[in-house]
Amino acid sequence: MFFSALIYVAIAVFAGGMIFRISRWFRGSITLGADEISTGRRITSALRGAFATLFSGKIFTLVKVFILDVLLQRRILREDFLRWLMHMCLYVGFMMLFLMHALGRYISASLFDNYYSTLNPFLFLRDFFGIMVLIGAAIAVYRRFVASPPRLITKSMDTYAIVIIAVIILSGFFLEGTKMTSYKVYKRMVDTYADLSDAKEARALEAYCSEEFGISFPEEEGAPDEKNLQKGRELYEMGCVECHSNPRWAFAGYGISKVVKPFGLGMDKINLSGILWYIHLLAFLVALAYLPFSKLLHIFVSPLSLLINAAVEPERSDLANLATKQMIELDACTHCSTCSQNCSVGFLTEKIPNMRILPAEKLSSLKVLATKRELDGESLREIQEGVFLCTNCNRCTVVCPVGINLQDLWFHARETLLKRGVTEFSVFSPLSFYRGLRKDEIEGYKDPLARVEDVFQKKSAELEEGEKVLPLATDLRQRLSLSEQTSTFTVCFTCQTCTNSCPVVASYENPQEELGLLPHQIMRACALGMRGVTVGSRMLWNCLGCYQCQENCPQGVCITDVLYELKNIAIEITREEVRC
Amino acid sequence: MLEYALFLGCNVQARLPQHEYATKLVFNKLGAKLYDVKQFNCCGYPLKNVSSHGSLLLSVRNLALAEQRGMDMMTLCGCGFGTLKAANQLFREDASLLEEMNVHLRKEGLEYKGTVEIKHFSQVLYEEIGLKKIKENLVKEFSGLKIATHYGCHTLRPSKVVQFDDPFEPRIFDQLVEVTGAESVPWEMKLDCCGAPLWGSNNELSMELTGKKLDNAREGGANYLCSACSYCQLQFDRVQEMMLAEGKVKQPVPTIFYMQLLGLCLGIEGGELGLDKNHLSMDGLGDFL
Repeated sequence: MFFSALIYVAIAVFAGGMIFRISRWFRGSITLGADEISTGRRITSALRGAFATLFSGKIFTLVKVFILDVLLQRRILREDFLRWLMHMCLYVGFMMLFLMHALGRYISASLFDNYYSTLNPFLFLRDFFGIMVLIGAAIAVYRRFVASPPRLITKSMDTYAIVIIAVIILSGFFLEGTKMTSYKVYKRMVDTYADLSDAKEARALEAYCSEEFGISFPEEEGAPDEKNLQKGRELYEMGCVECHSNPRWAFAGYGISKVVKPFGLGMDKINLSGILWYIHLLAFLVALAYLPFSKLLHIFVSPLSLLINAAVEPERSDLANLATKQMIELDACTHCSTCSQNCSVGFLTEKIPNMRILPAEKLSSLKVLATKRELDGESLREIQEGVFLCTNCNRCTVVCPVGINLQDLWFHARETLLKRGVTEFSVFSPLSFYRGLRKDEIEGYKDPLARVEDVFQKKSAELEEGEKVLPLATDLRQRLSLSEQTSTFTVCFTCQTCTNSCPVVASYENPQEELGLLPHQIMRACALGMRGVTVGSRMLWNCLGCYQCQENCPQGVCITDVLYELKNIAIEITREEVRC
Repeated sequence: MLEYALFLGCNVQARLPQHEYATKLVFNKLGAKLYDVKQFNCCGYPLKNVSSHGSLLLSVRNLALAEQRGMDMMTLCGCGFGTLKAANQLFREDASLLEEMNVHLRKEGLEYKGTVEIKHFSQVLYEEIGLKKIKENLVKEFSGLKIATHYGCHTLRPSKVVQFDDPFEPRIFDQLVEVTGAESVPWEMKLDCCGAPLWGSNNELSMELTGKKLDNAREGGANYLCSACSYCQLQFDRVQEMMLAEGKVKQPVPTIFYMQLLGLCLGIEGGELGLDKNHLSMDGLGDFL
């Protein structure tokens, strides 16, 4: 009764959680321009899209993806065999146990008329699948805690998933093992099912079971004689074998029973098998109830993400569905960190202490952004830096085992943040080349650029008052610079060859008005230590880095490299001003 | 046998997969072996504006990965070439900087000693394989095709660092184009920037620079541009396409990546070279073969 209640509670929490998570797919959004779309329209669009897909030629693509990517997990196999083995063990083992064993009464029993969990093949298979899951969990532990490659970050959620699965399986095996040795369990079975005529027969059966299966009996009477064993065996074959295959088939439980046998009676006294049964069931119910809030949710959402991404053509689907798809993708992430390990700029985390540069870490932050929850200034800054330090190389998307279009998520996250008024310096770098290619999708394209320019102008004005020393000569910078570039500006005699060879300068009628200080003037300003005016010069941010000036300079001044460095410095000294 | 670790760069992986196929097919025909190094990361170029140190960190990891395999690197992109070359020179000159980088590399079992050479693909073709061998392998040649060659800034400059060719009168790439039977037309703005570095941050100026170059190439009589860099190729292909749509270019000068051009003459099908993946049509090219 108590347990039925627990089961119903767990199912209710699970169902409530799932409804909550699914409802968020239609309420939240990270997608540019999708904020105004109502939840109702999001739901109807999704239903319409789903129907249209199911009754089109795409159904064949979906079936193919379901078999290759969902069932056979081709995408993980492509990445790494060991990880594929790990996940196959976990998911095949766990699924089979869930269907055959947890739902045995409903599924196995209706499929097979002779279903008894204690009969082969079910007895053997239960342990076989359990061992599969444990092998998978062991590889997971090895991957995350022993091999632990760089940029694979393990969070409490990852540990939880491994622990809860291990507890379910191990408690199951120990339960099986203790039951095998338990006299109490034996007695209950004999009292209920065996038709023994007298105490002699009871002793014979006990002797046989003790000898053969290792049950711990209260009174062991020395070595039983051959005749008694023979009798016991006959009784066993008459009364027990119909429902019990040889327990050796349950090899894991049997192995444990051998180990714990000496403590059999003690375990009986404290009813250990009863306790283990509680643990086994409770662990399962906890996993079930907490599933919608844990990474185990991916069991449902990752296949969905794979199927949706196989069917959806981003250019042709409407904005409402794109928004919903991206919300589903955020939930589909298993935090496996394949993306982080393949990230083109992941190695930057060695220098910049911001783990949100790594795709897997950034993705979990986007969930917060998408549900419009408040973020503290530091987190927001880290997310912002994370989504901008991205070369849009698409590798994260290509390798994602659950098919998330990560690159598109970053694009939308960037624009969403920029729309919020965030100041981001790297819009003035080739990192925004991709942004330019998608400029027609972006409203107010130039606003973020103007914002950064304002910040530099302000800083410049502030520095011009009294600032004298340009920190170009510090040790670190000198080492960073191309062949003593920092000192080369000192030999500039302002012949203007640089300015005259600059294609940017040549593009303006009144370059000084448009660009501020021109290259030769910037070199001069450096020599004079005028930091303020250089930071304010638009020339810096319009420099192509084409090295015409540097190549042409008769004095060998590394002009382009100095400009690069000035850009770094300008960002560094202005960054503090725009901390959110 | 010639062996190189092929450095694709981010743009090729994400936006120009045809450059990868074309290169592999061409080098295969010419008997050179290219190795994929899956772990290569960003060359560091796009980070130079925001963090030179970050840029160096990314460069050094690529160099270390190539060194670990005992291979030199071949790049498909001028910017990657220039950035890796510059970083490599810094590391060779400054042991303490290299050590600073190695502290981070060691965490993943890597170390860089400074032994890797970086080659632009045109250098490998010109210096290692040689025009003669390329010519021997040609199945067909262009005739009457006029090409405006575009080297790309970072392939040429700063010449002290990249040591590619004469920075004011380079010939390598022109000769490589001419070996296919095409004519490399003289044009004034050949060595100027394509405009790509400002694409995204100052689109007007970027398009102006691109537009000027396109006009100049057209005036020089070119039917096509031929590029040696992924950024330039994207600028002349994707951005030119956008400029056409906005009416900023009246008559297009389509661009072809050199590996595709050479591939056609080596008898590789246009489809295999991914010609249909270029945004501007390459259909007219067949008329010259």
